[in-house]
Amino acid sequence: MATELGMPGITNQTEEEPVGRWGMVIDQDLCTGCQACVAACAMENNVPIVGEEDAGYGRYMHWIRIERLWESEDYPEVKMTPFQPMLCQQCHNAPCEPVCPVFASVHSLSEDLNLQVYNRCVGTRYCGNNCPYQVRSFNWRDYNDERVHPELVTLHNQMNPDVTVRRRGVMEKCTFCIQRIHKAEDKAKSEGRDVQDGEFTTACAQACPTNAIRFGRLDDPESQINQIAATHPSRAYRALEEVRTLPRITYLKGGA
Amino acid sequence: MATIAKPLARPRAQEHEDPRQYLMHDPLPRGQMNAMVMEAMHTTSPIFWAVTGVLVLIVLFALGYEWYILIMQGQGTAGVLRPDYWGVFLVNTVFWIGISHAGTFISAILRVLKIESRRPFTRAAELMTTFGLVQAGLSIFMHLGRVWLVYWMFPVPNERQIWPVFHSPLMWDLMAITTYLLCSTMYLILPLIPDLAMARDRTEGGWQKPFYRILAIGFRGTEGEWKNLTTAMNIFAFAIIPVMFSVHTIVSWDFAMASRPGWSSTVFGPYFVIGALHSGMAAVAIVLFMLRSTMKHYTYFIRAEHFNTMGMLMLLVSMAWAYFYFNDYLVPWYGGDVWDKLVQEYTEKGPLGYLWYTMLICNIAVPWAFLWNQKWRQTPWLLAIVGLLINVGMYLERFIIIPVGVTINRMPFTWRQYEPRIEVPMTIGTFALFLLLYMLASRLIPLIPVWEVQEGQEAHMIRKIGKAEVSTLSDLE
Repeated sequence: MATELGMPGITNQTEEEPVGRWGMVIDQDLCTGCQACVAACAMENNVPIVGEEDAGYGRYMHWIRIERLWESEDYPEVKMTPFQPMLCQQCHNAPCEPVCPVFASVHSLSEDLNLQVYNRCVGTRYCGNNCPYQVRSFNWRDYNDERVHPELVTLHNQMNPDVTVRRRGVMEKCTFCIQRIHKAEDKAKSEGRDVQDGEFTTACAQACPTNAIRFGRLDDPESQINQIAATHPSRAYRALEEVRTLPRITYLKGGA
Repeated sequence: MATIAKPLARPRAQEHEDPRQYLMHDPLPRGQMNAMVMEAMHTTSPIFWAVTGVLVLIVLFALGYEWYILIMQGQGTAGVLRPDYWGVFLVNTVFWIGISHAGTFISAILRVLKIESRRPFTRAAELMTTFGLVQAGLSIFMHLGRVWLVYWMFPVPNERQIWPVFHSPLMWDLMAITTYLLCSTMYLILPLIPDLAMARDRTEGGWQKPFYRILAIGFRGTEGEWKNLTTAMNIFAFAIIPVMFSVHTIVSWDFAMASRPGWSSTVFGPYFVIGALHSGMAAVAIVLFMLRSTMKHYTYFIRAEHFNTMGMLMLLVSMAWAYFYFNDYLVPWYGGDVWDKLVQEYTEKGPLGYLWYTMLICNIAVPWAFLWNQKWRQTPWLLAIVGLLINVGMYLERFIIIPVGVTINRMPFTWRQYEPRIEVPMTIGTFALFLLLYMLASRLIPLIPVWEVQEGQEAHMIRKIGKAEVSTLSDLE
């Protein structure tokens, strides 16, 4: 039996399966690598444009990236792995949370998501180091400050007013578009009901032209994502399962 | 006073060997030693001031201007990037904490074990501890993305009732380093009090007189004061040893507790402690060489025998380090984790593989090749060069563990090479600040614990037993 250990949400029980309200299914067979999700996420969440030099050095700050690796590089047998969109897996056992010294990387009890409290972050970058998926991006500079990047001033008009603009020295990561979750929840609450599956979706899932990314209720067995995962049991896997982070995103193996 | 016939740490090898080559058998009157130490403290050459000036300029540029740039423009001015979230600043932290270990080791462990040749250089080593920790703390601050909010990591009561997270290894680290800094500073000051009193009594006037009067806290050298002081020093000498071992173990947990391949290892604790001693011993050798060659009269206090002791310790620690390094390979080999294997392959055969070979040569081959011979161990400049190379090797070891090892993670898509940028001048700045603090301290406080040397000289005696001359040591306590 689970016993409360005096800390909210922490029990002595080991979970085998991720539980939570929100989850995702990503079908690698459907993903065409078009990067629409990357652009949509950047627009929705005010992900800064880092500029030519920093991007070349590898300081891209996108919360989602499309991964593709060489499977075999030798000439006649050239083969690449299927595209794999990689974003915060919203782990149930998140390695990023216990290492933060200031409670900036925390677990939300109401949404069952990993949150990053930007105002709390002091920039030790331990969470980024400890993330097995390497999906946390750090604000290396004041990318959103027009005094630093005057060429980006015009882009500030497209910023999402629902999302904080982060300053230098804080860590950030995918939130499963928590502003959309909250909006849907507020609407449902005012109508006296629970949020329905498919009522809203995240920016990446919305922009995906092939519906490779699907977002929905994880706790509802009838929801679309649970149905899809159930119909492809041989293809379903979770990223880096051996680390036992219990991610809330299920991938459907591609190229099989 | 019980007199026991006890051989020295190294018994006299030849019959014709002059016992007066050992400091303990070459006593001088207390007054003369006091005068020598005071004169060394007051002698400053133009070169000293020139070097001080250059160091001040370097510190102002690197830790003033460059740090201002780093704070105002963000960590982007440094070389850190996505897989290498931790860079040279944390290498510096680990390195300087390592340097600081030797001070405690030499003054506390050798004092507890009553190794007699420690006497003249305990203070020089303790000063390294305190000043090294200052650099380590500064390096942590440089590393933080928002250093102006660093007090959020301190357990300060606040209206939001948010306490630091004590699950985080970084908090353990912060607590350990603060404890160590506090303990080592007190342990530096306690044996310093009699010498400060000596300096106070031998200073005529000027600003130095009130300076020493305040620092000596009215020490007169009465029987009761000595008794209290000895008790306090004994308590601290024993109490600081576990603190010292725990600090570097906890520093290693910053890495060992992370779930990264190459870091997540249970051997990291003792391995880091030995690594710290390795670089620390070597740094003591360098400092002894520099003190001996720059300070007046110090050739009397710091002799070949002390370099010999340091050389032996360096060789011993080097062997222990080699064992732990080998052990660090054994565990991943036994575990057979593919990611651990990839990290090792990258550090050895990757584009920075030459660092790995340099590290092995500096840390193992150089000490083993040069420190087995007593004649070579007693050559100060040779020992200083070996010490310098060991420190290069140990710095590279930390560099390989942190930014090089971190390049390889479980997401091959993100593998990227780290290159230091603003870290380079700021690292030079910490070295300059260390040297500057040490140089200023060498002219402000007596670097030789005169009372400790005299205590040892009184206790040592050459006695004739039959036809043989035997060195004896009376147990003072």
